[in-house]
Amino acid sequence: MPNIPSKLRSASWSIAVVLICAACGASGTAGTTTVAPTTAPPTTIATTTTEAPTTTAGSVPGFPVTVETVAGAVTVPASPQAIVSLSPTSTEVLFAIGAGGQVVAVDDQSNYPADAPVTALTGFSSSAEAVAAFDPDLVFISFDPGDLVSGLEAVGIPTVVHPAAVSLEDAYRQIEQAGALTGNVDGASAIIEGIEAQVDELVAGLADRVEPLTYFHELDNTFYSLTSSTFVGELYGLLGLASIADPADTDGFGYPQLSEEYILEQDPDFIFLADTKCCGQNAGAVAARPGWDQLSAVQQGRVIELDDDIASRWGPRISEFLSQVASAVDSVPVG
Amino acid sequence: MTTPRLPLARLKPSWLAGGLLVLGVSVIVGAAIGPADVSMGSVVATVFERLLGADRGVSDRLAGIVWEIRLPRVALGLLVGGMLSVAGGAYQGVFRNPLADPYLLGAAAGAGLGATVAIVLSANGGNPAWATPAAFVGALAAVGLATAIGSAIDGNRSTATLLLAGVAVASFLTAIQTFILQRRVDTVQQVYSWILGRVATTGWDEVWQVTPYAVVCVGMLFWYRRALDVLAVGDDVAETLGVNARRTRLVIVVLASLATAAAVSVSGLIGFVGLVVPHMIRLLSGPSYRVILPLAFLGGGAFLVLADTVARQAFAPAEIPIGVVTAFVGAPFFMWMLLRGGRSLP
Repeated sequence: MPNIPSKLRSASWSIAVVLICAACGASGTAGTTTVAPTTAPPTTIATTTTEAPTTTAGSVPGFPVTVETVAGAVTVPASPQAIVSLSPTSTEVLFAIGAGGQVVAVDDQSNYPADAPVTALTGFSSSAEAVAAFDPDLVFISFDPGDLVSGLEAVGIPTVVHPAAVSLEDAYRQIEQAGALTGNVDGASAIIEGIEAQVDELVAGLADRVEPLTYFHELDNTFYSLTSSTFVGELYGLLGLASIADPADTDGFGYPQLSEEYILEQDPDFIFLADTKCCGQNAGAVAARPGWDQLSAVQQGRVIELDDDIASRWGPRISEFLSQVASAVDSVPVG
Repeated sequence: MTTPRLPLARLKPSWLAGGLLVLGVSVIVGAAIGPADVSMGSVVATVFERLLGADRGVSDRLAGIVWEIRLPRVALGLLVGGMLSVAGGAYQGVFRNPLADPYLLGAAAGAGLGATVAIVLSANGGNPAWATPAAFVGALAAVGLATAIGSAIDGNRSTATLLLAGVAVASFLTAIQTFILQRRVDTVQQVYSWILGRVATTGWDEVWQVTPYAVVCVGMLFWYRRALDVLAVGDDVAETLGVNARRTRLVIVVLASLATAAAVSVSGLIGFVGLVVPHMIRLLSGPSYRVILPLAFLGGGAFLVLADTVARQAFAPAEIPIGVVTAFVGAPFFMWMLLRGGRSLP
């Protein structure tokens, strides 16, 4: 009888199950970090505090400097001249505050500014050894894949963990810390003050509306979205916008996947596409989706194409995001 | 050798009527329930409006929600659930293995790799819609490779070599997929969404895409349902009854794989349905594939339509992955059925 012994059958089955589950598990873990580009555990914020730079008798004013981050206190003994950034946001921050010249290597996702020294390093899985090979004197990351921080500290390389900001305050704090740690306190202050002034001006110029305008922020073409309580949601909120995803977020995670029919039923005033790069979406593609031609945002040209990167990072280009959204809001007549 | 007896069973009209009733009820439930507040009257009016052209006074937006989003999902769930269940039942018959499911020969791994490659390419300026054909091609290529290896070893004389070839192909392709994903983490979330499975529709497009495969594959598998009963008693007996076991097995594997590939390409990797629905039917109706296959189509369709309704309604307006629903709801139900009648399984 050409039949498979039962042990073999169950063994082959368990192998298949394990493989499938391993694949799911692996993507699941990493998936969480990508699904929610601006999420961090709420507890991390409480520990992220800045100490004023302590000036001592070092050769460069402002050093050594110590700041408190999620991974503990980070002390930089002297002005760093070989910085590695594995976080696209940190890369943007470093260049914006004037520390670009001190950066020797950035990760493969750091696509802005264009002159950042991109390498094959990845923020998701680089080993401490690969990072240490650049002989850095300061490393910025947004995510510790496991043993990167401890590995780098073991070889004496100070490492700053700046996870996705959960609030504008948090984003400011990270810029401020980057300034202190790299000796660019003035550059950092200028960036923060610039954004603060812009926010004040935009908020002062907002029209009074009886009902807040609503929006659907599209993170990908399977309708993952974000709520008003996320970092990006806070920026929308400053401009008087409310997310239609709020009722969907029962567990407070901030990034629910919405039902398509719910989006159509809600008929949001705006659709913001943060999936123009990842998923090739644009206003035309949205209008062509079956049933979506009935949406007032589609009919009135209020499908706004964002840059995925700008809309998912928490660095200096927040101001570009705010300008784009604010001009969209201004185009809606009050009444 | 004891004299084997073919399971004597014809599909009783009462069983068929029961299956159709269950499917009908689940379609009505699926059409009536969703996060958007649409009355049953509006759903019916929309259907008449779209089919007969007469204006029944449903607002354009509600009609769009019903006709372009909810009803295609119901129809696609029905087809995908039915195809996966029939394919699973056919695999279980061919391999005489109760653990066989539609993904046994690497269809899931192949489809996953195909979709991953398409999604990575689309991030580089390709078209995201390529994921569907890429998954289809990947699934067929994986099963084709496994079958070719199985034949090369012993000409498909035993099912064990084919099974093991499937395991090897699946792990190989999964390794490639994992490697690509790890190199391109920016696409992880999209690929993950795809892997979780989703009855996602773009209007009626996906429904029309899978319908031909459903008609041809399911129809042909129904044609072969007596052959499955014959194979169940062993190759030697099958030969004496005039069935070419090797060729029949190959044809059934090809048909079931084609149905699986079509289903997976539009809905991702929805688990559990193809494994368990045939067993549920078997527990209810006995071991004959002449009864199991038709009822598995109706039962699988009904099961997936209901599961998708739960997926979009349980945490509305948020969605939960349908694979979670199929297993979370289906597994305890299946355990209960096993406790009641598990001894009658092969």
